[in-house]
Amino acid sequence: MALVEVRNLVKHFTRGGGLFSAKSVVRAVDQVSFSVDEGETFALVGESGSGKSTTGRCMLRLVEPTSGEVLFRGENVLGFSSARMRAARRDMQMVFQDPYSSLNPRMRAGTIVEEPLIIHAIGTRTERKDRVADLFRLVGLDPAHLDRYPHEFSGGQRQRIGLARALALNPSFIIADEPVSALDVSIQAQVINLLMDLQQQLGLTYLFIAHDLRLVRHIADRVAVMYLGKIVEMGPTAELFGNPQHAYTRALLSAVPATDPDAPRARIELDATLVDREAPLRQISDGHFAAVQ
Amino acid sequence: MEPLLKVENLRTVFDVKPAPVVAVNDVSFEIRQGETLGLVGESGSGKSVTAFSIIRLVQEPGRIAGGTVIFQGRDLMSLREDEMREVRGAGIGFVFQEPMAALNPVMRIGAHIAEALKVHGVSSGKAARDKAIELLRAVRITDPERRVDDYPHQLSGGMRQRVMMAIALACRPPLVIADEPTTALDVTVQAQILELLRDMKREFDLSLLLITHDLGVIAETADRVAVMYAGRIVEQGTVREIFHNPKHPYTRGLLASIPGGGAGSRLQAIEGTVPNLASLPRGCAFSPRCSDRIDICSEAVPAEFMLDASHGARCHLLTPGSKA
Repeated sequence: MALVEVRNLVKHFTRGGGLFSAKSVVRAVDQVSFSVDEGETFALVGESGSGKSTTGRCMLRLVEPTSGEVLFRGENVLGFSSARMRAARRDMQMVFQDPYSSLNPRMRAGTIVEEPLIIHAIGTRTERKDRVADLFRLVGLDPAHLDRYPHEFSGGQRQRIGLARALALNPSFIIADEPVSALDVSIQAQVINLLMDLQQQLGLTYLFIAHDLRLVRHIADRVAVMYLGKIVEMGPTAELFGNPQHAYTRALLSAVPATDPDAPRARIELDATLVDREAPLRQISDGHFAAVQ
Repeated sequence: MEPLLKVENLRTVFDVKPAPVVAVNDVSFEIRQGETLGLVGESGSGKSVTAFSIIRLVQEPGRIAGGTVIFQGRDLMSLREDEMREVRGAGIGFVFQEPMAALNPVMRIGAHIAEALKVHGVSSGKAARDKAIELLRAVRITDPERRVDDYPHQLSGGMRQRVMMAIALACRPPLVIADEPTTALDVTVQAQILELLRDMKREFDLSLLLITHDLGVIAETADRVAVMYAGRIVEQGTVREIFHNPKHPYTRGLLASIPGGGAGSRLQAIEGTVPNLASLPRGCAFSPRCSDRIDICSEAVPAEFMLDASHGARCHLLTPGSKA
């Protein structure tokens, strides 16, 4: 069953319109539709400027979309009042890319994780402290370090703090925007393993926004490929990687460097002029869609 | 034949409080004519400081504390500063990770290249402009006659990196050091830049020191690989030796942590974190994270053990007589 459903989501940014320049509209997210099933990991992939992060932010209304619907458990969150939205965010949380800038440097790690509980007035002081210690253990941090500041933790540990904060309110849905791309290779694997463990333990549903296709192939159940604000292809991970249909998907997959010096290199270049921006998504096989004629 | 570049026992120290930090520790490697050496490591491993040490551009409070760097038969460490300036650019070209930070925002593209040509007395004026256009064409920038008058902000990230290549190649240096040249780029642009690097290497008869944290980039581009950890080279060998027969537990761990196995399976993470150079563990710096460690690992720094002429690793497990 779909936990989250995005329908015809649109976000336009206006650019210019100053004294010397005419206004122009950037269609950052252009008629994007997809759904994420309960307990699933759904990945949005694409390169910079593809609109994948903006899509995620629109879903939590961290930026207001221009039009469209975001149904969470069947209700359109875009129609919620701000009070109602605040309550809804208990169930939908975000983990950010940069563990250095997404944590307040002047707050102790324990307070950072406790803050959502305070804001939503949950529990007594003692109950909250216990909950924070539990969350620390859950993400593999030592509760003895509750009083430390963010700079005293490594990048991987900081990302665990961000994760503990996101989990504080027991959400069912987490949007993880490039959660490991700022981390060293040997640390990335630790955080990915933790994300997969937590999903099993807590029954979480993930929207995973990433540019690293090796990673996406490893953890996602289904993948949507975004290009210039649109989803150009979407399908079950193995099917999409094994049988890509859209010219952009093929170019993107062929550009990933193989970690084997003897692997054959067969780059496919994208001829952007051949991409029909208006082509609708067409079903290729069960659950596999591509914007091809 | 003499290697083009021979780095021996290089040691770079940062004089910080409370105690000096050794960022590059006893590093030795060679680059032969026409070869690409990939220097791979995580943040803080010392790979970039190694590169800056070679061209003697380590910033205060850093200083080169020992070792020799022989380039084309000359020891760069003993050169005067004006001689060293000649080596930078004319002998060794440089490509950095952030082209936007390396380019002057108020200087046109052509002026950047012309400046390099003028400083090294190659050409100036109209001739330099023509040369700049020729170089832009060589790095596959379309419409170079127009692009030469663009400012850096008018170019995409990939184009800027091509401009960086053109500047690096302006004086036809035999060696180019590329420090994370594709890290800030999208994967399709990265593929184009890597291809350009390979083409340039052939067309300009270059040797390349390629510094990166991305093992995929290394696998595609390098002939030989040196793996750095906490300031030391822990393993080096041909690209096939490193990828198909890695000997150091750190190299093995790095390769295993790349997603690629069965979807949904657990990744083989290296436990723990990259050590702080200011408080390195005793003995082998990797030993606290190593699942194969034995008693001696926390006591003595392992010497390099050569498995054969091209493949060596610093690990006690390889020393005859030790057992896991």
